[in-house]
Amino acid sequence: MTWAEFWIIILRVVLTFGLLLVLTIVNVWLERKVVADMQSRIGPNRAGPYGILQTVADGLKLFFKESVTPRKVELGMYVLAPFLAVVPAFLIFMMVPWGAPFMIGDQEVALQGADLNVGLLFILAMSSMAVYAVVLAGWSSGSKYPLIGGVRATAQAISYEAAMGLAMVAVVMFSATQGDGGTLSLAEIVERQSGTWGDIIPAFEPVARFIPRWNIFPQIVAFLIFLIAIVAETNRAPFDLVEAEQELVGGFHTEYSGMRFAMFFLAEYVNIFSMSAIAATLFLGGWNGPTFEGSVPAIISGILPTVYFLLKTYAIVFLFFWIRATLPRLRYDQLMSLGWKRLIPGALGWLILSTFVIAFRQFGVPWG
Amino acid sequence: MGLLSELWRGLKVTGSTMLKTIGGSGLVTTEYPKEMRHKPQRFHGRHVLNRYPDGMEKCIGCQLCAGACPADCIYVRGKENDPESPVSPGERYGYVYEINMLRCIFCGLCVEACPTEAITMTHLFEMSTTNRQDAIYTRKELLMDESGKVPHMFPDDELADLDELNTADGWLRATAPSGVAAYEGVQMWQGTPGAASWDPEPSQEERDRASEGDDG
Ligand code: SF4
Ligand code: SF4
Repeated sequence: MTWAEFWIIILRVVLTFGLLLVLTIVNVWLERKVVADMQSRIGPNRAGPYGILQTVADGLKLFFKESVTPRKVELGMYVLAPFLAVVPAFLIFMMVPWGAPFMIGDQEVALQGADLNVGLLFILAMSSMAVYAVVLAGWSSGSKYPLIGGVRATAQAISYEAAMGLAMVAVVMFSATQGDGGTLSLAEIVERQSGTWGDIIPAFEPVARFIPRWNIFPQIVAFLIFLIAIVAETNRAPFDLVEAEQELVGGFHTEYSGMRFAMFFLAEYVNIFSMSAIAATLFLGGWNGPTFEGSVPAIISGILPTVYFLLKTYAIVFLFFWIRATLPRLRYDQLMSLGWKRLIPGALGWLILSTFVIAFRQFGVPWG
Repeated sequence: MGLLSELWRGLKVTGSTMLKTIGGSGLVTTEYPKEMRHKPQRFHGRHVLNRYPDGMEKCIGCQLCAGACPADCIYVRGKENDPESPVSPGERYGYVYEINMLRCIFCGLCVEACPTEAITMTHLFEMSTTNRQDAIYTRKELLMDESGKVPHMFPDDELADLDELNTADGWLRATAPSGVAAYEGVQMWQGTPGAASWDPEPSQEERDRASEGDDG
């Protein structure tokens, strides 16, 4: 590795990390504002214009607060748990390509923290790691409500991760037919969604050439399942049984305060954003979109992909907020039956169906 | 599918509310210190100890308010009036009178219990203090002066609206006597604190006439 390559890696990571932090701060504010609007309230409006600095103020406040450590905690785990929540949350977003690559001198800079060839597997692994944070926080707090929250987290994560994984498999399989062999790299999956369906389905050319070649169109069912699963995976309403203020005080973070609590809070919002970004990447074509190259200044066509990426991601983030403001929390048995009786069979059925369709298109029908 | 269409119905409700709020209508909250909300007439705010129009204190130190208070936050000590210069028209007057506003639940039972309407409530509710001692209102803060002006703890406070201290909660007027609807608005009691005059009570015939046709 040359020095230039080294610095470019540093630059990529810092850019991605910075983007994520800034947007998370905005997201916390945005959620409060959106939910306030949906409840006919005003929402935060004191700190900064439109209250946009509210999150910063809250963060500062939490930073200066005492981190109370209850007497009965398992100290090691108790201190470790918030870090276990934050680190995977940030690592997940590192996999997401959030803009078109650009050139510095003769070096190409991809706007992505790291392009692993097993990106999707890494994401699945990290999102499972995040569950450990919740479980360990609940267990190590030495108090009953956090423990119940933690136990709930295990069962919920197992059931919804299965559905999420199955939905991902369907996309990956489909994506394999769109290029040269299968891939788990997110940059590659995005690349394969560029252009429109016009080039792929010549029969419907006049219509299809206005439809972007996103995976959502052939994989709509997988998209819906994935959406539901990521809401559950990030422990957001209506699947926030892990926190469930009304029953469990604060669930797994009941005994946490100060900066340790702030880290759980941060992780939750980072997760919302990264999961939405992954959904946008897998199904909505990531940063793909018309860049009008040549007819607008190069700087604009360089930034447009990032804008498209953010637009798509925020559409899903907004959906998260919208659903949170709309739906009441599910009962635990409803959560389980939705996961095991509907989502997993649904995802399996869809997977089998798309396998057949893909196989027939690849190898022809056996009776043909 | 039923699930999804129900979900969509719910989303429509919140979505349209959001559009309405962004459009600036249908807000249910206000930016409080900037914009005060109208208070209903029977709003229960800070207490005040009244005087008769001639300047005599109404409180006779009977402690009925203290007995009625569910939060046990009133402390009254009566003292014999000096026959030469009585403070109240009764035998005794409220020599010590304290209300702990931190414990008060603003139920208004003290107002109901008082036989002489000495204690009433006003519309003022900005009573935050920075120490507990200030939350105990004594005779000095509660009793109006002879001209009917009610003292405010922090008159320089920007939220101190002295007019609110002159608005009675209206409970007495609205429910007396015996809750007969025909009496609504009839001035049986002094509507505002202070030495203001009020209409004479209607005679017994008038009252009978007013309650005619009323089963009560
Ligand atoms: S309003 Fe209720 S709680 Fe307050 S002093 Fe009067 S009786 Fe007590
Ligand atoms: S305020 Fe009324 S009830 Fe209380 S001691 Fe005075 S006269 Fe009696």
